[in-house]
Amino acid sequence: MAEQQSYYVPASSPWPIVGAVGLGLIAWGAGHTVIDMSKEQDGYGSTVLTIGLIVIAVMLFGWFRDQINESMSGKYSNQLGDSYKQGMSWFIFSEVMFFAAFFGALFYARVIAVQWLGGDSNNAMTNEVLWPEFVAQWPLVKTPGGTETQAMGWYGLPAINTLILLASSVTCHFAHTGLEQNKRKQLTAMLGITIILGCIFLYLQGAEYVHAYQDLNLTLDSGIYGNTFYMLTGFHGMHVTLGTVMLIIMFLRVLKGHFTPDNHFAFQATSWYWHFVDVVWLCLFVVVYIL
Amino acid sequence: MSTVVEETHHDTHHDHKPSGIGRWLFTTNHKDIGSMYLWFSFTMFLVGGAMAMIIRAELFQPGLQLVEPQFFNQMTTVHGLVMIFGAVMPAFTGLANWMIPMMIGAPDMALPRMNNWSFWILPFAFMILLGSLFMEGGGPAFGWTAYAPLSTTYSSDSTALFVFSVHIMGISSIMGAINVIVTIMNMRAPGMNYMKMPLFVWTWFITAFLLIAVMPVLAGAVTMLLTDKYFGTSFFDAAGGGDPVMYQHIFWFFGHPEVYIMILPSFGIISAIIPAFARKRLFGYSSMVYATAAIALLSFLVWAHHMFTTGMPVFAELFFMYCTMLIAVPTGVKIFNWVATMWRGSMTFETPMLFALAFVILFTIGGFSGLMLAITPADFQYHDTYFVVAHFHYVLVTGAIFSIMAAAYYWLPKWTGHMYDSTLAKTHFWTSLISVNVLFFPMHFAGLAGMPRRIPDYATQFADINQIASIGGFAFGLSQLIFLWVAIKCVKGGEKAAAKPWEGAEGLEWTVPSPAPYHTFEKPPKVE
Repeated sequence: MAEQQSYYVPASSPWPIVGAVGLGLIAWGAGHTVIDMSKEQDGYGSTVLTIGLIVIAVMLFGWFRDQINESMSGKYSNQLGDSYKQGMSWFIFSEVMFFAAFFGALFYARVIAVQWLGGDSNNAMTNEVLWPEFVAQWPLVKTPGGTETQAMGWYGLPAINTLILLASSVTCHFAHTGLEQNKRKQLTAMLGITIILGCIFLYLQGAEYVHAYQDLNLTLDSGIYGNTFYMLTGFHGMHVTLGTVMLIIMFLRVLKGHFTPDNHFAFQATSWYWHFVDVVWLCLFVVVYIL
Repeated sequence: MSTVVEETHHDTHHDHKPSGIGRWLFTTNHKDIGSMYLWFSFTMFLVGGAMAMIIRAELFQPGLQLVEPQFFNQMTTVHGLVMIFGAVMPAFTGLANWMIPMMIGAPDMALPRMNNWSFWILPFAFMILLGSLFMEGGGPAFGWTAYAPLSTTYSSDSTALFVFSVHIMGISSIMGAINVIVTIMNMRAPGMNYMKMPLFVWTWFITAFLLIAVMPVLAGAVTMLLTDKYFGTSFFDAAGGGDPVMYQHIFWFFGHPEVYIMILPSFGIISAIIPAFARKRLFGYSSMVYATAAIALLSFLVWAHHMFTTGMPVFAELFFMYCTMLIAVPTGVKIFNWVATMWRGSMTFETPMLFALAFVILFTIGGFSGLMLAITPADFQYHDTYFVVAHFHYVLVTGAIFSIMAAAYYWLPKWTGHMYDSTLAKTHFWTSLISVNVLFFPMHFAGLAGMPRRIPDYATQFADINQIASIGGFAFGLSQLIFLWVAIKCVKGGEKAAAKPWEGAEGLEWTVPSPAPYHTFEKPPKVE
């Protein structure tokens, strides 16, 4: 409930429209990049996309710079802080639903689509007429169309990566408590370790992809098993990358002496985001790798 | 519902507006952003409407007269996309921007800069989508639902642009919804507790939750289309172990809540207007809130009623049939509450009330045809016929669009400070009411007789019905120009509007002058 105080309404800002132009250029450019790639032609797609990305980078830099300056000069009310926290929570919820679409696709493919292609439910004739040789199994190492691949085990790299990401969530938490108790050394050290762990995770994930492509013939286009594997781990990896960038920015701000024990929304949001990518990984590790 | 005990005083010197184009590009003002949403929405309404005119012109006679079948398909597809994502949803977001802060006693939306960002994404998204119509191979032609493999194996290259424009529309909707939800949770004036909020605020609160929950799922679905078409995945291709029907599941998991995203705010509007012109309190306020929440929750359990003919197991068909029918219960609660509000009220029939009454009756017709479609065995007959087209146009045109018109006529005096020309407005209402029924009612019969949807040509026995529908369509299209005229006239001038131009209206928005000052409630009002 609002307190009896004057409201703070932010002044007008050029950054939203810059952001809209940037997103527009990205969408337009990305669409044409994909088309150019499929036709193996040189088009303007990638140029537009690059400009769009630069515009968004400039927008993010400018918007956050203004935001940080306004915050550091004490302009913000507690109410605005609450708005930011709630906004971030709902944003993470939307991210959860984005991943839910791909987890849903994995579930449907595994429990329904593949089984039905193998003749389950009332689909005996589907199997008989379309692909009589096809045997339903998961991981789907041989598709009805005949593409063969190998399954990715959960031990080795994925298990190590799980431990790394779990550990990074713990260090991130201790960085946060360090900030709250004004133990700046703990904050800096723990945040630094979190970033290093995040980078190691990304490196190992890359190594795992190389191993999958070279040794297992597990590729993005090797049927529904490869599709779900790469889309889930890929989007997760993109989120870890974004999270790591956010952590690095927090690290730089910590070094500059930003944040106080009771005013550190940006740090809190980054930490929530990091825990979120960690939880997604745990779900992913269980349903993509182990089961 | 709520009374203001302490009049708010406005500093006039705070009321100056920035001038020039910069005001609109850089604004953080909820009223400016609301106005931009509403004008954008109306522009898209005319663009989508023009496409509908092409569709109806082609269907005026059997045979192919005006356009190529491929172009006809592009028109049905883009008409749907433009009307849903360009007209109806931005109109509701515009109304939310204008009204929610005023209704809860807030100075602005909670996150005003993000608000501007969400708006300005839309023109770019639609430039990309509409621009794709002029590409080699044409624009998207697979229907607004973009079913695979029509949208993968058999689609033109505009699919890539369709996918990315949907992505940024989704970003815009999600940010808009986050803003609404945070505003409602965090910016209410002291004393404005949840069960005192006007129903428009409640319905938008729930709508915003639906938006945040399902827009990302749509983003996921179209991303899979993109990778299936361009990157060799086989989510929707059985040869790789996927299933085209899986696309429909993911899409409708978004698509059905989306339907309620486009109608719940209408319920809020109607719940404001009927009590105002019946001069009675809304009957069953709390049951309205619970019914809205119930509809929203059920909307996650009914998606496969769009897919009864895809060969699902019988258990699934039954489950989705019963869940769908259950929705009639909370919806019925609402209809009965509106009727009970009017019971023994001292009713007058100003333009907003006329649209609201038409809404109650015609939306109910759409609801009943929906109930017919929910019956699995019957749906096998109705599926993909004009009966479906009639059904969803009754709920979307005479439902959503009529409620938006009602809202505009209800709040225009508050927005502009002028009364509109009510003779013209009533002309708009009656011509719309008659023409919309001439347009869509015959489609029920065409559908029951077996005329399939999304086709440019048809068997000759449907000629009369289609001719009638087309005449209604042209008349309905022209009638909307009257609305444009009324709105422009009202913005430019007219009789001065009182702070509360409607005798029976209730709510905080009527406690501020008309037009509403550029910044309202810089100090929170006290709500008892």
